[in-house]
Amino acid sequence: MMKRWQFVKRLAPLMAMLALLLSACGREDLSALNPQGPVAEEQFGLMKLAITIMAFVVIVVFAICVYVIIRFRRRKGDNSIPKQVEGSHKLEIIWTVIPVILLIILGVPTVQSVFNLSKDYSNDPEAVKVIVTSHQYWWEFEYPELGIKTSQELVIPNNRVVAIEAKSADVIHSFWIPALAGKIDTNPAGNVNRMYFSAPKEGVYLGKCAELCGPSHGLMDFKVKSVDSASFERWTAAMQAPVALPSDPAIADAFEKKCLACHAVGDMGGPAFPNLTGIGSRESVAGILVNVEADDIKYKHEDTIYNNLYKWIKNPEAIKPGNEMSNQYDLTEEEIQGIAKYLSELTLDFE
Amino acid sequence: MAHAHAHGHAVKRYSGIMDWLTTVDHKKIGILYLIAGGFFFLVGGLEAILIRVQLWQPQNDFVSANTYNELITMHGTTMIFLAAMPLLFALMNAVIPLQIGARDVAFPFVNSLGFWTFLFGGLLLNVSWIVGSVPDAGWTSYAPLAGTTYSGNHGVDYYVLGLQIAGIGTLIGGINFLVTIINMRAPGMTFMRMPMFTWAAFITSALILFAFPALTVGLAALMFDRLFGANFFDPSAGGNAVLWEHIFWIFGHPEVYILILPAFGIISEVISTFSRKRLFGYSSMVFATILIGFLGFMVWAHHMFTTGLGPIANALFSIATMLIAVPTGIKIFNWLFTMWGGSIKFTAANLYAVGFIPTFVMGGVTGVMLAAAPADFQYHDSYFVVAHFHYVIVGGLVLGIFAGLHYWWPKMFGRVLNETLGKLTFWMFFIGFHLTFFVQHFLGLMGMPRRIWQYLDGLGFNEMNMISTVGAIMMGIGTIMFLINVAASFAKPKTAAFDPWEDGRTLEWTIPSPAPEYNFAQTPLVRGYDAYWKEKMEGRSGMTPAEPIGPIHMPSPSILPFCMGLGLFIAGFGFMYAPDWGHFLGTPLTMGHMIGIVGLLITFTSMLLRSVIDDHGFHIEEAEILKDMGGKA
Repeated sequence: MMKRWQFVKRLAPLMAMLALLLSACGREDLSALNPQGPVAEEQFGLMKLAITIMAFVVIVVFAICVYVIIRFRRRKGDNSIPKQVEGSHKLEIIWTVIPVILLIILGVPTVQSVFNLSKDYSNDPEAVKVIVTSHQYWWEFEYPELGIKTSQELVIPNNRVVAIEAKSADVIHSFWIPALAGKIDTNPAGNVNRMYFSAPKEGVYLGKCAELCGPSHGLMDFKVKSVDSASFERWTAAMQAPVALPSDPAIADAFEKKCLACHAVGDMGGPAFPNLTGIGSRESVAGILVNVEADDIKYKHEDTIYNNLYKWIKNPEAIKPGNEMSNQYDLTEEEIQGIAKYLSELTLDFE
Repeated sequence: MAHAHAHGHAVKRYSGIMDWLTTVDHKKIGILYLIAGGFFFLVGGLEAILIRVQLWQPQNDFVSANTYNELITMHGTTMIFLAAMPLLFALMNAVIPLQIGARDVAFPFVNSLGFWTFLFGGLLLNVSWIVGSVPDAGWTSYAPLAGTTYSGNHGVDYYVLGLQIAGIGTLIGGINFLVTIINMRAPGMTFMRMPMFTWAAFITSALILFAFPALTVGLAALMFDRLFGANFFDPSAGGNAVLWEHIFWIFGHPEVYILILPAFGIISEVISTFSRKRLFGYSSMVFATILIGFLGFMVWAHHMFTTGLGPIANALFSIATMLIAVPTGIKIFNWLFTMWGGSIKFTAANLYAVGFIPTFVMGGVTGVMLAAAPADFQYHDSYFVVAHFHYVIVGGLVLGIFAGLHYWWPKMFGRVLNETLGKLTFWMFFIGFHLTFFVQHFLGLMGMPRRIWQYLDGLGFNEMNMISTVGAIMMGIGTIMFLINVAASFAKPKTAAFDPWEDGRTLEWTIPSPAPEYNFAQTPLVRGYDAYWKEKMEGRSGMTPAEPIGPIHMPSPSILPFCMGLGLFIAGFGFMYAPDWGHFLGTPLTMGHMIGIVGLLITFTSMLLRSVIDDHGFHIEEAEILKDMGGKA
């Protein structure tokens, strides 16, 4: 027992150093090496343990390798025949047993963690239930207890566990928020997967689709927004409130006829495609065009919300090749501008 | 047919192109595999370079999203099935019969058939580029994305039929090597005296025998889904998408061991030879190889940890996967201790082999990391996985193939590759490889999923992707340097000695380079492990023959395997286009059907001819053998 403790004590500073080194890698809202929630932290813990053991293995092999290469290289004119060794039972037992021990050290916490992370929160009254449905190439988030459906941006309270029920409406996708939790595939045809995570720190986290799902697979991003519980209440109320149509009747008419045939705002429109309620408050348009103030534009994919909406409605195919919105409607320039303006102002006041 | 038993003096020996189309000689088939596999390696490599150019900067528009998916699909499929496997078959064909003291493989005709079906399957797959309808659902072709609903063009049809035809070649090739190694070993060559490469080829062939039928079944089912409207994998009609994942990986995981075990074998030979030392722990190496092959069948679901199999399956497959690290570790340490106390000569071949060890260890340890299911939820389908499998496949397999090619080149072609250029090539390729893939571990952990066409700016991915692209270009330059070396070697005369490395240990180094058509004028008598080394150490210059010189029976060349492969190619192409090209002269059959039927007729007629023509082969007479041996008796 004493020995084991000493081993852990020796390992601890190494692991701490490793954690420091690795957490320098990547953005806080995206990197699995910089976990922001308990699930990702548990997974990162397992990673650190694995990396530490593996670093040990790599160092031993490299050391022997370098020594052998230098020490036993053939000198010029050396024609001696080295001793022919058949093997060594002692050595062979050593390099069988040590890996087995290392694997036990890794295997036990792995199994513990497998069962720990498979806990089912779907019947826990404290957990927020969310049904995640993936589509080519967007994410639908439904809160069955609250009667809310939204898309592309998962708003969650920072003090509760989120119980996910994941499925797909078409091909297999995979739901991944690296900074909060590892991924789970979304399978078609009622083959539902469950997972959970939580995000105690308020903030926006980047989510990705991690299973090849077609041309725009790499563009199928989403966001997770963790807010305090009061904000979450306000968000829920705002999402359930009715929404007014555009004030300009011509724009309102175009919006109702063209957009609401597929999309929904408030209690109007169809349920099959992304719900647009509160789109003006979202971090991005179509998951990939990030909304920023006009002065803060730094990258190609960033623009003001109005410009992003305009770009998207004008030519969605140029933003996300192969998406289902391309070529589904005919809008005049004025209508596009009007709708983009209306949507950009369709905000929810909750933060 | 009474005369058929007489020595067939009417020797059917072709020359020129007909010689290559009809050959059943394992050495020539090995060269054919090398040329075809090398060609597809260049195609797959070009695809890789295009992928890396697309990713060299954020939101690049070098290729379209569609083309990008076609590139990644074809890169993976081509490299695994049409480059790596054939290149291994090239070395196995060129070397295995020589290592066991045999005159040919057990079924020379089948050997040739295996090559031609592989080649025509591979060509069919790549015709898709010419037609412009390219597979784009990934090399794994997960349903329902690979179904007709989401992949409406003929792309995935090419994948299904091309791989099915190429797979026939691999399967019968594997069976052939199993039978060859069991039945055709020289007197005294017991199983526990077989060279390590032969052992590896033996286990690999057994894996092929059990793994490829799973692929055959999966592809047949997917073909039914796509061509005949069946619904094995179509969830909307009651099929199951996860079923395809299982079938694919039940084949797919053993496949990675099918690829790596021969590389292990090559490394064992090269390291032992250039350390002038017997392979350390030979029997544990054999045992470890068998164990890896065995465990390789019980870990497929570690490719599916995120599919939602539940905690019990995930836990079991985690542990089973970790177990593979033990026999693999045994092999690594055995190689290190083979070199320990040896006299290591760093030829180009040995540079590749020694470079393999640390590289493969890095790929191996990330494999163990991936085995921990909860952590895999983070790694899965990210660039971490891309880095991992390129470390084992390129850092393991491709370095192994390069080592093997440099090592056995003189035995295959009678010429030694240029050592200086070979070493430069190694460093170019090796550094390029690590530049390309090392950083990808971190990209994955930092949140970059694999198979993405573009990544956004400002996510911290830019620099590492650029490094990766630079590395890929270096690997491309390395490959071109190797080609220059090959071309230069053919400008030189065939002057390689029997044992050009002077430290050869196994039977292939006891015969001329390149080996004569009949390999061994007299079947050698094997008296121990490292048969040739043993004779050398006892002061003899060659093997003790196990038989007197006499006429040698040889199989006849035949064009039929070529025709069978060609027929399958035509049939696959025709049936794919059955719905597209209208009806044939007003019959219910379409033009596509007719083309398909013609193709099948060619294949079946060839099979019929093979069955009815009684061919007893021919003999190479004593006089010719003596002449080859330089007149001495």
